[in-house]
Amino acid sequence: MAKVVFKIGDDVSTDTIYPGRFMATVLPSETPQYAFADFKEFNAKIRNKELPVGSIIIGGKNFGCGSSREQAASCLATPGLVVVARNFARIFLQNSINVGLKTVICPSIEAEEGDELEITPVEVKNVTKGRSHPVVPLPKARQAIVDAGGLIPYTRKLLVQERSA
Amino acid sequence: MGMTVAEKILARASGLGTVKAGEVVEPRVDVAMSHENAALVINQFTEVFEGTGLEVKVWDPSKIVIIFDHRVPAESSKTATNQKKIREFVARQAIPNFHDVRGDEGGICHQILPENGYIRPGYVVVGTDSHTTSHGALGAFSFGIGATEMASVWALGRVLNVEVPGTIKVVVNGDFAPGVGPKDLILHLIGTLTAEGANFKVIEFHGDAIRRMSTSGRLVICNMTVEAGATSGIVPADEETVRYLREEAGVSDPVDLVTPDADAVYDQVIEIDAAALAPQIACPHTVDNVKPVDAVAGTRVNQIVIGSCTNGRLDDLETAAAILKGKKVAAGTRMLVFPATWRIYKRAMKAGVLETLVDAGAVIVNPGCGCCLGVHQGALGDGEVALSTTNRNFKGRMGNPNADVYLCSPAVAAASALTGVISDPRKVV
Ligand code: SF4
Repeated sequence: MAKVVFKIGDDVSTDTIYPGRFMATVLPSETPQYAFADFKEFNAKIRNKELPVGSIIIGGKNFGCGSSREQAASCLATPGLVVVARNFARIFLQNSINVGLKTVICPSIEAEEGDELEITPVEVKNVTKGRSHPVVPLPKARQAIVDAGGLIPYTRKLLVQERSA
Repeated sequence: MGMTVAEKILARASGLGTVKAGEVVEPRVDVAMSHENAALVINQFTEVFEGTGLEVKVWDPSKIVIIFDHRVPAESSKTATNQKKIREFVARQAIPNFHDVRGDEGGICHQILPENGYIRPGYVVVGTDSHTTSHGALGAFSFGIGATEMASVWALGRVLNVEVPGTIKVVVNGDFAPGVGPKDLILHLIGTLTAEGANFKVIEFHGDAIRRMSTSGRLVICNMTVEAGATSGIVPADEETVRYLREEAGVSDPVDLVTPDADAVYDQVIEIDAAALAPQIACPHTVDNVKPVDAVAGTRVNQIVIGSCTNGRLDDLETAAAILKGKKVAAGTRMLVFPATWRIYKRAMKAGVLETLVDAGAVIVNPGCGCCLGVHQGALGDGEVALSTTNRNFKGRMGNPNADVYLCSPAVAAASALTGVISDPRKVV
């Protein structure tokens, strides 16, 4: 079980998750300091490593729209956060899978900050509110990348096969 | 069952006879573009090789294009150091297609690619930039990917796990009214579809208004398809595409025009009457918050911005110059102009377009993303309002979350520069 630590509305762009003015910082180890930089309180919690791994962000529809900057996924992946949203924009979803940010597509999700949620492969249980919301599974091909531990190990395996051949 | 343009291109690039929406394929890549975020790609790419004992080498240096545009000249030591690392990588890997911070070959990536002949109809193009959708204007299947995905492309030469997207067919017929054009069309379409209406889909453009549209206009509409969430925009290649490639992009080899089958299957068909469109404007803080300009006319504007990969081409600058010729930008309003590339800059210089704009009070900024991002140029003050021909108005986009950005065509921007308030060009000129 994990706690909802932040809730935000629809169409959250990658400019909101990781503002453009910090784009010169690229390494996944360094990006978390600027996550949600314009939301001072939440940013401070990430910066100060106050949030337990698995802490949950609730988004609305079209989470992660806009720029393709991967920092928006890595800044949440490094501290081990989880994003549950009604749905995600394409590039952000792909980036999340590639860098190991756990994203859960849950079209009917209802949860508030402070709620305790239990996430299973088929549903998100809001334990505080006593309600369950079904999860849309990832397409098989994408799940394979998640199972490999991200796109880097997945590519590495193929690379070794192909270049040694 | 027939195929859409995207399906045809993906089938061929994946070595398959046919594909249909929903299938997962691994298309080989013809062009792989990155800008300054190549710094992260290099980091991820190097990590792919860790522990393999293999030589760190890209699959095909001739298919990679690297262009510095996001922060040129470098605004900080951090950026300068990233750029230096990328230069070293380019040299080490012998990547021939590199556009450094140079007046003779530099500019914004999405204009550098078409104008230098990198893009052909039927190509699979990927870029570590969301507006890579632009290159569908030349009949390519072109989409944005993240840095790790690009690292995988650099290693393997193909994109893993691409789900063949469904296609929305948009048919635009009729003649635009004077003062109305491609930017108004795409803003209207985004308003109709909403910011997620085309998520995981391709938008394929048809109709006589598209056939008559120049490649410059087609780049405007394909550029912004991502603002409706689209994977790519595509204008099926035609005589205009061939003209552009031959006359402006210096391409002389044979061109293969990929057109959709007559019985291609579309998820949705949208028809638009170009003649019925009024000038459009996207209001803060989402690109799909679109209204006719009249709805917000009279709003005070502090900064006018004309430029970017969306509307920084010669015809855009000429439109603005024609409106501003012999007149002045209103007192209390500042106007920034940034041509998309140095080639366009030089043409505008020779044609006297830049002089007209400067005489009217505009400031000409070097080609690059500067004012669009607001990272090191053209940032807004608290509570200020910008009217811009760029493609995004998210909170904080022009460097300040406490400012408002409106998006419009060059004609609306130039007319509003004269009055200092948001204005319908048909009423000013
Ligand atoms: S001009 Fe703006 S939208 Fe275009 S590539 Fe640069 S930052 Fe992106």
